[in-house]
Amino acid sequence: MKALVCVKRVPMTGGRIVLTEDEQAIETKHLGFAISPHEECGVEEAVRLVEQHGGESVVLTLGVAEAEEQLRDAMAIGIDRGLHLVTDGEEWDPEATAGAIVEAIRADEAASGPFDIVFFGNESADSGGFQVGLRVAHALGRPCATGLKSLVVDGAAVRCEQEVGGGRDVYELPLPAVLTVLEGLNLPRYPSVPGRMRAGRKPLEATTPARPDSRLELVRLVVPAGDAKQAEILGRGPEAAAAVVDLLEQIGVAL
Amino acid sequence: MNLVLVDHADGVATDVSLQALALAAALGGETHALLIGPGGAAAAQNVSVPVVHVAEHEALDAFAPDAWAAIVCGVADRVGATAIVAPGTGPATDAIARAAVRLGEPLAANCVAVTPGDPLLLTRVRWGGSLLEEARLHAGRAVLTVAPHSIAAVEPGPPGSIEAFTPELADNDLVVRVRDRVAPPAGGVSLADAKVVVTGGRGVGSAEGFAPVEELAALLGGAVGCSRAVTMSGWRPHTDQVGQTGNKIAPEIYIACGVSGATQHIAGAKGAKRILAVNTDPEAPIMSVADYAVVGDLHEVLPAVSAELRRRRG
Repeated sequence: MKALVCVKRVPMTGGRIVLTEDEQAIETKHLGFAISPHEECGVEEAVRLVEQHGGESVVLTLGVAEAEEQLRDAMAIGIDRGLHLVTDGEEWDPEATAGAIVEAIRADEAASGPFDIVFFGNESADSGGFQVGLRVAHALGRPCATGLKSLVVDGAAVRCEQEVGGGRDVYELPLPAVLTVLEGLNLPRYPSVPGRMRAGRKPLEATTPARPDSRLELVRLVVPAGDAKQAEILGRGPEAAAAVVDLLEQIGVAL
Repeated sequence: MNLVLVDHADGVATDVSLQALALAAALGGETHALLIGPGGAAAAQNVSVPVVHVAEHEALDAFAPDAWAAIVCGVADRVGATAIVAPGTGPATDAIARAAVRLGEPLAANCVAVTPGDPLLLTRVRWGGSLLEEARLHAGRAVLTVAPHSIAAVEPGPPGSIEAFTPELADNDLVVRVRDRVAPPAGGVSLADAKVVVTGGRGVGSAEGFAPVEELAALLGGAVGCSRAVTMSGWRPHTDQVGQTGNKIAPEIYIACGVSGATQHIAGAKGAKRILAVNTDPEAPIMSVADYAVVGDLHEVLPAVSAELRRRRG
């Protein structure tokens, strides 16, 4: 089993989003960063598959130099090596992102052999384009299933499940395949201290792809207005119970 | 000419598909609709555009996203569509993204507004609706999805004409297809449908700490939810998670207990009619999105509310 997982570095936005002065990005001066949630489950799944079947797991990101932090995070829970497509901080649109990833996969496969599975998040937490995995699959000529919450590799095929209206749709894809996953696929482990130590020594290959012009071109970001409210305080502590039940009765849900 | 991919269930066009028709109307020009698979012909009866194309083929009984994409591209070419719009919901998003790739065009997902022109100006959502992006789309054909429940749907009504056809499908387009369907678990109130949702966050403190949350939810005939912090701590399954990467809820009242109110969580609760926050911290971000609040420890407040409900019921 050779698995590649593509991840994106995103800010942990917390309670309220604040933009930079030029409205081109989120102000991240006071924020931490993480792997986008769906992809975190992709990392865990790639590690588990290699634990079960043997082989190699690789993590890839397209992002700023600091995104090495997310590659090391993935290596800390068991990914074997990393590929970093280093950018200068300007945003890449989904087509450009997919194009650079396809080139990197082709180069890596030429040198080290083909990947059985390439994992993506179904959509990134920040820009949410819903397409990079599908674009890469199309370029590589591999089947792709999206939005997966469960998968089992069985020989040369993978059985995967997608949640639809409370039930589940089941797909069976021949390998090699591209799979886009959702949070809930698994519960990602926390890195151990020795895992973190090992991660620092694992191989990391950096390249600097050229950024094509965006066809989906960001003009500016806007924080939606009208969300901020001042909550009406019903009370403090258990003494508020009567006021809460009054409210529940008033809106007809107290039964 | 706009082409709208209309998704349907049980012979009825989905709400978000009717919202996609509204987004297409904002582009100007004539709009055709396309429905694919079993039930498409029935659903077409209520899609009020001049021409509805209905693709019928026995291989389409099970959803096959590459086949859907091939059909979208085929009809778009045949009618000369310059814009293709779909609802921003699971299968339709999957299929339209594949169509955009085949056509060699960009895809703008989850749009809430469009202004026709070259380039097309659009507004789309990021961060599950917590942020908006204004963008220019430089494309031969604009491929868009509409963000669910962000614009008013067009009224259902009879179409001008329905043109059924049998598409030619390549074997390769049927490799990825639904082989089996697992029914939803029976019983219980689902988070998506619950009239009352009681959710616990990090402030609950442990898996066992959910007892008063569960008690209140059960008394109100509601569902229990949780925040991402809870799921990541392993206290509740991910199926209980409310948020951008979990369930989207739309209850009459959402009772958020010990939840800080991160944007990632609130993105899943935007459909709630009212939010009641129970939190020890009156400065928590949840207080600025809640309609009502109780300042206090949920482990004291919730049992008191449950006791008061029981007392009034006698």
